[in-house]
Amino acid sequence: MNKISIEDLEKITQRVKKTTSLREGAGRAKITVHMGTCGISAGAREIMNTLLEEFEKKNIDDVILTSSGCAGLCSREPMATVEMKDQTPVKYADLNPEKIRRILTEHVLGGKIVTEYVLAQGNERIY
Amino acid sequence: MNKPADKRNRLQLMLCAGTGCVSNKSFKIREVLEKELLKHGLDKEITVVMTGCIGFCAVGPLMTVMPEGIFYHSLTEEVIPYLVQEHFLKGRPVEKFMFKPPDEKTVIPRISDIDFFSRQTLVVLKNRGLIDPEKIDEYIARGGYQALAKALTKMTPEGIIQEIKDSGLRGRGGGGFPTGLKWELCKKSPAETKYIICNADEGDPGAFMDRSIVEADPHSVLEGMLIGARAIGAIEGYIYIREEYPLARERLAIAIAQAKEYGLLGENIFGTDFNFQVHIKQGAGAFVCGEETSLIASIQGRPPEPNQRPPFPAQSGLWGFPTNINNVETWANVPSIIDRGAQWFSQIGTAKSKGTKVFSLVGKINNTGLVEVPMGITIREVVYDIGGGIPGNKKFKALQTGGPSGGCIPARLMDLTIDYENLTEAGSIMGSGGLIVMDEDTCVVDVAKYFVEFTSDESCGKCSSCRDGSIALLEILEKICSGSAQKKDLDLLKEISAAVKNASLCGLGQTLPNPVLSTLYYFKDEYEAHVLEKRCPAKVCKALLKYSIDEKKCVGCTMCVKSCPPAAISGEKKLAHKIDLSKCIKCGSCLEKCKFGAIRVE
Repeated sequence: MNKISIEDLEKITQRVKKTTSLREGAGRAKITVHMGTCGISAGAREIMNTLLEEFEKKNIDDVILTSSGCAGLCSREPMATVEMKDQTPVKYADLNPEKIRRILTEHVLGGKIVTEYVLAQGNERIY
Repeated sequence: MNKPADKRNRLQLMLCAGTGCVSNKSFKIREVLEKELLKHGLDKEITVVMTGCIGFCAVGPLMTVMPEGIFYHSLTEEVIPYLVQEHFLKGRPVEKFMFKPPDEKTVIPRISDIDFFSRQTLVVLKNRGLIDPEKIDEYIARGGYQALAKALTKMTPEGIIQEIKDSGLRGRGGGGFPTGLKWELCKKSPAETKYIICNADEGDPGAFMDRSIVEADPHSVLEGMLIGARAIGAIEGYIYIREEYPLARERLAIAIAQAKEYGLLGENIFGTDFNFQVHIKQGAGAFVCGEETSLIASIQGRPPEPNQRPPFPAQSGLWGFPTNINNVETWANVPSIIDRGAQWFSQIGTAKSKGTKVFSLVGKINNTGLVEVPMGITIREVVYDIGGGIPGNKKFKALQTGGPSGGCIPARLMDLTIDYENLTEAGSIMGSGGLIVMDEDTCVVDVAKYFVEFTSDESCGKCSSCRDGSIALLEILEKICSGSAQKKDLDLLKEISAAVKNASLCGLGQTLPNPVLSTLYYFKDEYEAHVLEKRCPAKVCKALLKYSIDEKKCVGCTMCVKSCPPAAISGEKKLAHKIDLSKCIKCGSCLEKCKFGAIRVE
């Protein structure tokens, strides 16, 4: 490693922030993939992996991705909840990688709910 | 461990690797965590980050799950497989490892909602728990070395000193001398060569502020020193750190190596004409080395004995050259002041004591740990709101501040605001930041004896007032605790204390009577109970205790008879027992065994 310049401080910050921004605990949106036993066997793992890949590809660093337990409707798994800042959470059901990619682009990044995949809208307390 | 975490994660597990948690096996926990994450295929989306001390040492090992901020405590390697499966795989945070305040029924899942954390103000410890202290990039990503860049390219050395002066920063090592003024005195000393020193020889019993700062954020200390060196005109510095701090030393060595690699130590830093080198000097853990001239003697390879001042180190210090010494916490304050400005800093605190202070909170307190609070906070807030009160709902008796050089502040002064002036006025000192909480079961004479025993051991022996005076004080205190003291001994305590204060060369001797004088002042009745009534109200001084059996309460179960080591208790079954005081060794085992509350201690 060569000596760094003052400009390099900013470059290092940008590079490292990609991972450390997670520690600030704030984001413009939060996606919860429901990963109870039912969700995992229905393919929630794949949904999670798809999201992680897309985050990497699209360089998204201000969306919180988390998992939670079974959402209660095991027959409609895999499911995910999208919470945009200051908006009611939206639950999506019967997901596959293609659908979650669309939800990410249109809802999380675009702000427009993908109505045909929506299961329910409403408040839910999530840790 | 040092592979760059450059992939985006879903979760980051911030696992505390301060000395407290490490001794409770946090490295072993990391091992099991990583194994379990791998087993469930979670290793690519969840990373374990080892951080510095986050302060809540009472319930370590600690882990905060980000971004959710869920706080787990008292972890063991056995529970990790369950935790990984439940929370990290299935997304169900596990309540039983979350924090539940004593006397409350529900857990507090998030770190930001726990009083111990939410009531603190972090300036020095702003990176604690948020960065891996062994990665310079993570320090930089939190704004690190921007202050140095500003100081080197946008400020003159005089401007830096003015900024520190305007901020009102005072030495955090004990004396509270204005830092900017100290730098200016050294800068103005005419000499080609100048040195700066970081005093990391934290020696107060029960104090671990500086160790934790170095362990959690070593680059903040280095950056502070770099800025100070630029202001003063030094090109070489020493960090004097005690032998007992291996983890802090290791992290410091890693930080120095990484800073060198980036050219932040060495020649032409950031392409300017500024050069600076820093060395680690390992001390042998002598308390007297906290004193500046002793510390300098120790670096030079001489026995650590203080020298007459003047000349002050700012005129003639290390190897005879002008030298500026500040302690770890003082240096670590500097980058934030330069970065955010003197005005921002001076808004925190009281009229004459600016900024925050890091305290190690120990003793009879629920939330033992490391806290950073604004100057001007009350003792009550520290003990009850942050510290969570006294275990077992015992009564708060006194707060000892400033270590062996400080004094005891009684509970009735609980609403005293903590700053340099108020503590001094109350007969104690700010010191480096040790806070020892005492409850009703603490005997103040015993406490004074403990501290004088410590300073008597640590006295370098150069001045007879300190060397012999401390022993004379100790002998009287021992007499008081054993019941053989007379009333005139209390006057003698004061007289000797005054002589030790007046005739000793350095701070060690000048302050060693403080624990005696402050307890004598605030708890005179307790001293008198020992001397005149041969009674220890807190029931600590063994020689003054008398054990007896309440005949009305004793059912004659013989439990105490069986437990008594010298067989001092006699009595038939189902009849009241008796203690033979000539045989009793006052061990307290009968008290422990008796289920009927029949043992009396007076």
